[in-house]
Amino acid sequence: MYALEVNGFHKVYDNESGQKTALCDVSLNIPRGSFYALLGPNGAGKSTLINILADIVRPTGGSATLLGHDLFTERAWCKRHMGVVPQEIAFDPFFTPREVLHFTSGLFGCIPDDDWIDELFARLELSEHSAKNTRQLSGGMRRRLLVAQALVHKPQLVILDEPTAGVDVELRRRLWSFMRELNANGTTILLTTHYLDEAEELCDHVAIIDRGNLLTAQPMSQLMQQVASSHLWLQYDREIELKSDDQAALADFEPRLTTEGICLRLSSDTEQQRSNSFHAAYEAAVARFGPPLDAGVRKEDLEDVFLRLTDKHGDDACNP
Amino acid sequence: MQSMNLLGAKTLFLREVRRFLKVKMQTVVTPALTAFLYLIIFRYAIGDRHVPGMQVDYFTFLMPGLAMMAMLQNAFANTSSSMIMGKVMGMQIYLLMAPLSALEVVSAFLLAAVVRAVVVATVFLAVLMPFVDIGMQHLALIAVYGVCGSMIMGGLGLIGGMWARDFDNVAMVTNFIILPLTFLSGVFYSVKQLPEFWQHINHANPFFYLIDGFRYGFLGVGDTDPYASMAIVIGSAAATFITCWYLWRIGWRMKD
Ligand SMILES: Nc1ncnc2c1ncn2[C@@H]1O[C@H](COP(=O)(O)OP(=O)(O)OP(=O)(O)O)[C@@H](O)[C@H]1O
Ligand SMILES: [Mg+2]
Repeated sequence: MYALEVNGFHKVYDNESGQKTALCDVSLNIPRGSFYALLGPNGAGKSTLINILADIVRPTGGSATLLGHDLFTERAWCKRHMGVVPQEIAFDPFFTPREVLHFTSGLFGCIPDDDWIDELFARLELSEHSAKNTRQLSGGMRRRLLVAQALVHKPQLVILDEPTAGVDVELRRRLWSFMRELNANGTTILLTTHYLDEAEELCDHVAIIDRGNLLTAQPMSQLMQQVASSHLWLQYDREIELKSDDQAALADFEPRLTTEGICLRLSSDTEQQRSNSFHAAYEAAVARFGPPLDAGVRKEDLEDVFLRLTDKHGDDACNP
Repeated sequence: MQSMNLLGAKTLFLREVRRFLKVKMQTVVTPALTAFLYLIIFRYAIGDRHVPGMQVDYFTFLMPGLAMMAMLQNAFANTSSSMIMGKVMGMQIYLLMAPLSALEVVSAFLLAAVVRAVVVATVFLAVLMPFVDIGMQHLALIAVYGVCGSMIMGGLGLIGGMWARDFDNVAMVTNFIILPLTFLSGVFYSVKQLPEFWQHINHANPFFYLIDGFRYGFLGVGDTDPYASMAIVIGSAAATFITCWYLWRIGWRMKD
């Protein structure tokens, strides 16, 4: 059962400066109760997708269902059951954080629940600022107030567009632990972030988009098992150059120069292959460059996979 | 079947009312002051000259029209400033994200505009009351014209605010469309004083009917039959409301 199903979202921005395709038939299934990371470089289309869900941007094509309700025909129902933290921060400068939350509760058709609001302030470390003017809050505090605003009507799906941008390490950690708790209590969470290590640690599902195209969408563990590969790194005390015959000899290992030497990718489908690949790679490198000062094997983390996938993805049909 | 989000609409309405109550200077002090200035200027400078063809002196003739003009301008200002503020500061997205239908949003905005207009007119007339006999002969006419007029202008403010990209755009609409239409609507003169050609032009100005009917409600005199014009005024208010509803529904100039 999916909390959210996105089918073929397509978006072409059409304004004075011309046309720009931001999303190219992106489909995603967000399982109920999952903690889902939507990743992509700047300009990939993450906010566009979220803003279509939030009813801030009109889609050019596509459909979506939230908990079995059609997003576009049952808009009010869907809005009541999801909370969105937009990427841009904006507040009514005349309101205090508590008034902001009361106002938002009302807009969502809920009588303000001060116990819940107090809990939100406490969990987001805003209690002592709740009576200040929103203008007096720092950037990170405002971001946290946005998170509180999205949660005030206790939605079943929470969508966070870079909720931790500008939030310091300590508070970020606490924000995540709060999110994890919400998730453990059954709230589905979809978020974007540029902190890939955090996404890897927190999320159980991941989708990567680049230039409007979906590159991959799968459970995090599966991605890390099947797509993340191992690398053999070799350190040398001199500058290594990759000449064309080196490139040809090492082609199987997709050689990459690093600051200290060279890095070779090992095929990783099976244990046996990995072992064979390791020996072959090591011998090939030694044959070309001589024995290294040091060497080792490193498993790709999410950031490596992300960089590899988004880098490979050169031109595409959607955005030539 | 979806139920209405009445609490949401009420919340938005109250915010809009609070917004203008916060600027008491504009909503209470300004109308009182202008009423006082009009009093001095027109009462004492013009004296008790009569309006041709009507049984009222010029000053008495002016007052209901000026009150209506203040209502119209304030209704316009309330919605247009709220829209453009929200847009420029980026707060509008929270309204778009809320589970409110176009009907609920537009009703809340227009009702708040009407309330502001009524507050302004009340202050304005309260200052004048001791000095001039403004009549109030037909309360129903006053109410219908006052409410419809504020609704039309509140609606135009909403549309203008949706259209505008910045405060400059709003000022442009105010100065080049709203101001001329209100000034040329017969606040300062009876159309019978005008050459025939200009009388026809005047009859094409929707504000003319608003001011004339509103004034008739107070003084019992006017240039048109206020009950016949009521159809025009109510029709215009309905058309404005429907246009606002439609534009909000499609997110005109708000959603990319
Ligand atoms: N209103 C708009 N008009 C025209 N183009 C737009 C508009 N908004 C976004 N774009 C373009 O659409 C593409 C996707 O933008 P989007 O904001 O969705 O990216 P993103 O993945 O959220 O990036 P970031 O990580 O920087 O937030 C970008 O190329 C951007 O320039
Ligand atoms: Mg973004």
